[in-house]
Amino acid sequence: MSRLSEWLGQRPAPAPLVSRGPETVDLSGARLWRPEALLRPVKPAFIWFTLFAALVLDLFPWGRSVPAPDFLALVLVFWNVHQPRRVGMTTAFVFGLLIDVHDGALFGQHALAYTLLSYGAITLHRRIRWFPVLTQTPYVLPLLLVAQLASLAVRIGVGGPFPGWSYFLQSVVGAVLWPVASWCLLLPQRRPIRRDATRPL
Amino acid sequence: MESGPPPLFNQGVSARARLGIFAILAIMLLLVDARLRALDAVRQGLEVVLYPVERTLLWPRDAARQFGDYLSSIASLTHENDALRRAVLDFAQKAMVAEQRAAENAQLRRLLDVRPPPGTRVVAVQVLYESRDRFSQKVVIDRGGRAGVAAGSPVVDDAGVVGQVTRVYPLTAEVTLLTDKEQSIPVLVPRNGLRAVAFGGVEPDTLDLRFMAANADLKDADLVVTSGLDGVYPPGLPVAKIERVERDVKDQFAHVVMRPVAAVHSNTVVLVLTVDDAGRPPAPEPAPERSERDARKAGRR
Repeated sequence: MSRLSEWLGQRPAPAPLVSRGPETVDLSGARLWRPEALLRPVKPAFIWFTLFAALVLDLFPWGRSVPAPDFLALVLVFWNVHQPRRVGMTTAFVFGLLIDVHDGALFGQHALAYTLLSYGAITLHRRIRWFPVLTQTPYVLPLLLVAQLASLAVRIGVGGPFPGWSYFLQSVVGAVLWPVASWCLLLPQRRPIRRDATRPL
Repeated sequence: MESGPPPLFNQGVSARARLGIFAILAIMLLLVDARLRALDAVRQGLEVVLYPVERTLLWPRDAARQFGDYLSSIASLTHENDALRRAVLDFAQKAMVAEQRAAENAQLRRLLDVRPPPGTRVVAVQVLYESRDRFSQKVVIDRGGRAGVAAGSPVVDDAGVVGQVTRVYPLTAEVTLLTDKEQSIPVLVPRNGLRAVAFGGVEPDTLDLRFMAANADLKDADLVVTSGLDGVYPPGLPVAKIERVERDVKDQFAHVVMRPVAAVHSNTVVLVLTVDDAGRPPAPEPAPERSERDARKAGRR
């Protein structure tokens, strides 16, 4: 891995690309490409393990005073962005139903919210992955907010009260945790490849 | 990255179509659940699956709480002990008086040949956790249908009414607290016998008395108890104390804000009352409603 990054680092800067008349536009300073770590393939077992771990975290009795983030929504967004072919809207829907049962909410409320969340994440997944992790956060926050708004719309639609603005704090905390979650969930794919004495690279 | 190239031609159902399908499915579930309440069997099945996980997760929290209790100093314990001893004396005296009154009451009832008050059965339960749903005020208790908890049973603590069991699973049950906006309870002001219905308040942790005439005889610090008219709550349980009464000239009704007497949000052990309504006369049959179409049909004939 380190050799690989060395090789990437030593790659010569691109030559001036465009020349128009006497003055030359130098694009060597522009970030035309960015070293992207090569990741190992993900294990499906790990995906399911993290999804269930997030579900367990959501089931934890946080009470109402702590603005605990919706861990499951966060992990769902992550896998939808990174593995949209493995974790899609079906998974989101089923996990939403489980959360509905635990919360004693209306059946289908979180299922709808997570389906919307998943659709948004899958639609944006190529764009989001292009950015560094910190820049991804402003993309994740609206996704989480849309899911919460869907929940809110459903509950107000059946005559529920407005729970106050602190309700949206959950999404904000979730978005703040995005870089941490992203780093943690990519760890197993970042493990260095076993050195092989007989192979040069 | 991905292991293997993405499928070029067979992409399956498009994301937008999938969103549509799942959204329609979710909305159908919502409607069926909200209007028909037909999904309770599915819900109970899923809850039984989730139950072991939920119970295991309570362990770390309870362990932390016990550790905190262990660290509480001797001084506070002796202080508490003193207070408790005094309370026991107080209660002993009250119990004696109560026993005497009960005997007297029974005798008087026998004299009058009245039916005995509906018997109540008491189940002591533990509050497991507050539901995370921000739109309602619910707690989950550790006894369910298998322990004889039934939907509709009132839940009380040592001071007064806490709420009502609204959904029963085999091993747990959901209790909607009095302060939930959609919860209502028929009450009575013992000072003057005024009847009313209390609803969960607009302000957090309060109750409202709705539809009280602007000149109703209500004062601050009036106690409000259950009237027992609904056949759900036994009569005479303390519910709330009136905090303030706002009488606006423009408004037809008085705005009455009350604080619940029971420690609605901080209880760990509560009692579920099962009211045995064998002695109660059956509720009158609701008058058969004739819809407009039927009336028209009859008119045509």
